[in-house]
Amino acid sequence: MVHIKRLQEDGSDIISVVGDIDASSSIELDLAIAKSVGEGFKKILVDCSALEYISSAGLGVFMSYIEELKDKNIPMVLFGMKEKVANTFSILGLAELLHIASTKPEAKKLADELSV
Amino acid sequence: MNYQYNIGCSLSNLKGIREFVRTSLKDQQVPEIEMSAIVLALDEMCSNLMIHAHHCNPEHMLELHIEIPAKGKFIFEIVDDGSIFDINEFHEPELDNLVHQKRKGGLGIRLVKAIMDSVEYLRRDEKNVCRLIKVIK
Repeated sequence: MVHIKRLQEDGSDIISVVGDIDASSSIELDLAIAKSVGEGFKKILVDCSALEYISSAGLGVFMSYIEELKDKNIPMVLFGMKEKVANTFSILGLAELLHIASTKPEAKKLADELSV
Repeated sequence: MNYQYNIGCSLSNLKGIREFVRTSLKDQQVPEIEMSAIVLALDEMCSNLMIHAHHCNPEHMLELHIEIPAKGKFIFEIVDDGSIFDINEFHEPELDNLVHQKRKGGLGIRLVKAIMDSVEYLRRDEKNVCRLIKVIK
C-alpha cells in the first residue's frame, strides 16, 4: 500500500510517497508524476522520507520519466531516502541517472541549479 | 529450518510475500541492508511469475519455500505449474536503452541477478521449481 500526497512549495510540486511501492502500487506514483507534469510544474521534488520499500516497478516509473523531463527542462529531485531504499537504487546504478539529494533544502537547491 | 507459504497470483499479495520472507529470516542475524535486498529479490521473482506466467489470476497458486541448511545459507524455492521463464536466458537491456525507450520493465531481473548468488530451475513432481540461493558471510 502506498499513499501519495502532493503539495506545492515555492513553485515546486512536492510529491510525498508514504509506504511501499511495488508492482501493485507503482501506478499511483506514475499518475502523481504525470499530474505534476500535466499541471505545468517546472520543478518536481519527491519526498522519499516515508518510503519504506520500492521494487523495480517503482524504479521503472522514475526511469520512464527521465527523457520527458529532460526534454521539458523540468528537474525532478528525490530526497530523504532511507538507506535500505537508497540501496535498491544503487544496486542498479540508478543513483547516477536520477537526481538524488539528502534533505529537502538540498533538493530545492539542486532543482534550482538544474533549472537554470 | 524450513518455512512454506502458499499464495494466489494477485499482485496485492506481494506484501504478504515480503512479510513472510522477513519473518522467516528474523532470527538469522541478517543485516538490514541484506535483508531488504533478499526481500526485494523474492518480490521481483514472484511478481514476474504472477504477471507473465499466471496473468495475475488469483486462483493460480505459488508455493514459496525457505530452507536454511546452515547459518548464513538461504535456499528459496518458488514452485508453480505455469510456463517457465528462465531469467538466466534473458539478456537484460542496457539502462541507457531503458531510459531512451521510456520502458518501465526490465529492471527486476537485473536486481535479482545482482542480489542472489545463484538462480536455477528444475522440475519436481511435475512442477517448476525456481531455486534462488543466497549466502551471507
